[in-house]
Amino acid sequence: MSAEKKTDFHVVNHSLPRRDGRVKVTGKAQYVADLRLIGMAYAKVLRSTYAHAKIISIDKSRAEARPGVYCVVTGYDLEGLSPYYGHAVKDHPLLAIDKVRYAGEPVAAVVAVDERTAFEALEFIDVKYEELKAVFTPAEALAEDAPLLHERQFEAGALRGFEGEVSAGKGTNICQTHKIQWGDVDKAFKEAAAVVEGNYYFPMTYAYAMEPYVAVAEVNDQDVTIYSSAQHPFMVRHDLKSVFNLPVSSVRLIVPFVGGGYGSKSYTKIEPLVAACSWKAKRPVKLQLTVEEAMLTTRSDDAYTWMRTAADANGKIIARQAKIVMNTGAYAENSPLVVEKSTNRCVGPYAIPNVLIENSSLYTNTVPASSYRGFGCAQVTLPGESQIDELAAKIGKDPYEFRLANAAKPGEEFFPGMRPFDGTLKQDLETAAKAIGWGKPLPKGHGRTVACSGSDAGAYPLTSTAIRVHADGSVTIMTGSTELGQGSHTVLPQIAAEELGIPFEKVRVVSSDTAITPYDRSTGASRTTTLMGTAVLEASREAIQQMVVMAADVLKVKIEQVRVVRGGVRCGEAQLKWSEVISKFYALPDGEVIGRAYIRKSGKFSALPVFWETAATGVEISVDEETGKITMEKLATVGDVGLAINPALAEGQDIGAATMGMGIGLFEELVYEGSQLVNGSILDYRLPRFSDLPKEVELHLVQNQDGVGPYGAKGGGEASLNSMAANIANAVDRAVGVRIRQAPLTPERIWRAMKEKRDKG
Amino acid sequence: MNLRFTLNGKPWQVDCEPQETLAEVLRNTLNLNGTKVSCEVQVCGACTVLVDGVPVSACTYLAYEARGKSVTTIEGLEKPDGTLHPLQQAFIDEFAFQCGYCTPGMIMSAKALLDENPQPTRDEIIHYMDGNICRCTGYVPIVAAIQRASEVMSKETKK
Ligand code: FES
Ligand code: FES
Repeated sequence: MSAEKKTDFHVVNHSLPRRDGRVKVTGKAQYVADLRLIGMAYAKVLRSTYAHAKIISIDKSRAEARPGVYCVVTGYDLEGLSPYYGHAVKDHPLLAIDKVRYAGEPVAAVVAVDERTAFEALEFIDVKYEELKAVFTPAEALAEDAPLLHERQFEAGALRGFEGEVSAGKGTNICQTHKIQWGDVDKAFKEAAAVVEGNYYFPMTYAYAMEPYVAVAEVNDQDVTIYSSAQHPFMVRHDLKSVFNLPVSSVRLIVPFVGGGYGSKSYTKIEPLVAACSWKAKRPVKLQLTVEEAMLTTRSDDAYTWMRTAADANGKIIARQAKIVMNTGAYAENSPLVVEKSTNRCVGPYAIPNVLIENSSLYTNTVPASSYRGFGCAQVTLPGESQIDELAAKIGKDPYEFRLANAAKPGEEFFPGMRPFDGTLKQDLETAAKAIGWGKPLPKGHGRTVACSGSDAGAYPLTSTAIRVHADGSVTIMTGSTELGQGSHTVLPQIAAEELGIPFEKVRVVSSDTAITPYDRSTGASRTTTLMGTAVLEASREAIQQMVVMAADVLKVKIEQVRVVRGGVRCGEAQLKWSEVISKFYALPDGEVIGRAYIRKSGKFSALPVFWETAATGVEISVDEETGKITMEKLATVGDVGLAINPALAEGQDIGAATMGMGIGLFEELVYEGSQLVNGSILDYRLPRFSDLPKEVELHLVQNQDGVGPYGAKGGGEASLNSMAANIANAVDRAVGVRIRQAPLTPERIWRAMKEKRDKG
Repeated sequence: MNLRFTLNGKPWQVDCEPQETLAEVLRNTLNLNGTKVSCEVQVCGACTVLVDGVPVSACTYLAYEARGKSVTTIEGLEKPDGTLHPLQQAFIDEFAFQCGYCTPGMIMSAKALLDENPQPTRDEIIHYMDGNICRCTGYVPIVAAIQRASEVMSKETKK
């Protein structure tokens, strides 16, 4: 199913410098945090101190009486709005109504002349609570006498991104369940030559986009305009339209540069709240969260997984079974889709004939979980790839050879009903193994491993674009894809320049303004190059078709006589550049041609996933036997990206993702003690720093042009994260002989495991 | 309070509140938004500016402490003719940023490093830059960019 294979590229497949380079290194790039509108007020949020409580009363009169305060907004001031939002389940009130469901939930917002005045007024709001029993873990949430977080049934969101039913609100704390099954698991496990089984825990993590959530809203009698650091402006527009009961055309989302997303800025976050503030205060309002507040806004789902995997005597994996329980926190957000994806991702990328995976996510009184780079995949790749090593050891095989023997093959339909596999795992694993010196002798206390990931990308094909070719031959791309740093403002112009035969420098991107740029469902799930890239390619070709017709008109010849050459057309002796075609057509050196493209779930995009996001990573670590501390000696990433439109950017995605994965493998973890996040501050939440850099790093790409995207491209940028925690756990086992089934692998956990092993003798 | 200081080479005078941070004065009063603020607790380095050549976290440094001193921000690195500082150019050439939010602070810290130690080793770079967080790049290209800028600058001084 590969796309056309073209190799003589002029612009594409070159590491051209980023189109946003100069503004970003000179400090001129504008983010929402930098934005100020005339007459703008500032909001600050009062947050619940209780994890679960009834709101008895809120007295805001003292706060509202303070000089400089315009108004205080509470859940009781929202009459006229539909205050519950959510693209999957409409369970999330923009401010707590009647009760609070986690410590840190927004209860009221003060709008004032400046941030300090707003902040100082917060303590003059009197909230009376009646505390309720709370649950913090899935086990507590499932208990017979557990209190219910949500008492009523919710509307399922129309844009939930999956076809199944929503499970939430049926008289339990279950938010979503999902199950996949084929073959006969019980029989396979009975007949197996070797079985491994274990319980694993993957922690809650915080994405830490360095620009915390920020939005500016301007709401007047007819329209809502919001500037936000949102990854998916069109999805946010949909929620806002519902909150304000407005037509789509009345809601405008504008997203300038975004200071990091990694999934944490997917879907709607603070936009309904800041819009409600502007609606009440009758002026533009800015709300900028602190990092501590951002940590109380979104996290990843933590996951408890029981898994077993079986092999036959020939070293073939014959069965896998897992039960996963995820902790989704107080509101569903995107977790229902995370549940579906993590269920599927227990399998890949191996061809396993007997599979049973059951998954459920539970509401608890903790910070709501949602999308996080890799989307449920890292959670289950820790058990999945750990068990590949454990099983290889049990049957006495080299884990690398064992992977090669069982990995899904190109074109193999290894997951019933899904697109055949479009990656080349053998080459990915070979490249990773070679990069870290597989087979060479290692010093004592060192461990070397490779792992892989191939996940069904969550990219849903619904994308459109417009390419404006101007009379001087320059081009504006109108795209709903957001520049988060991944490089869409560079990659999309490369594709347009390749197709139109014009210099890359002459292409500019205008992005993510829902009033101007055509619809794009989202910027996430590594979809932009594949889907928006295809749209840009097709729109460029459509513009060319129009210009051929125009050239025929200008040259007074038949359309069939006009031949497209690079950068223009030829007809007999006559040769015209695009600029000349347009200028002559309009008889003025101005005007434009607009090429369009609409992508939907049809044709080459009818099979899902649109692509299998595939990568291998390799690590060499050493473990200090006295302290249990891991040192990263080597790291190799191999992105199986089909074709890199810009290789340097593709490699940058891989090393960025692998570093996040390394952080989870080594030290990242949000910790709850009772109702409170105990490390809910960047002082206490440990992130990868310069000094955590592996001593040697190698970045590789595998480019077989086997994706459905432009020139055979497919998505990347998540897959190198997914396998890292497992890779580190496997390497620790090989280095010091202890198996840790929990991330992060902190020195203390390793030390304890080593001690236990010694004590057992 | 009246604050007189030198900003990017020019004498400057502004009013500020005693509790205002340098980042607030730069961003809100002087409209210099290149200096980014993230953690606000001196952990991430996004807000790094140079005060008399020394890197400080503008998010916690009180503005009035800069009185009589010379402050350099990211806006002060580009030459009037538009030539970029070798570090800025090297960050572009090495793809040493993605979202760009850490970049101004990263470049200012790197400038302080190269001013102090024009040819740092990889370990010296890692050690000096450890107070600057980047969540996008995995640091690999940033180290490469600092090494590249160091080479370019040492060639320039030899000329
Ligand atoms: S914002 Fe100043 S150090 Fe983070
Ligand atoms: S480039 Fe995004 S945080 Fe460094």
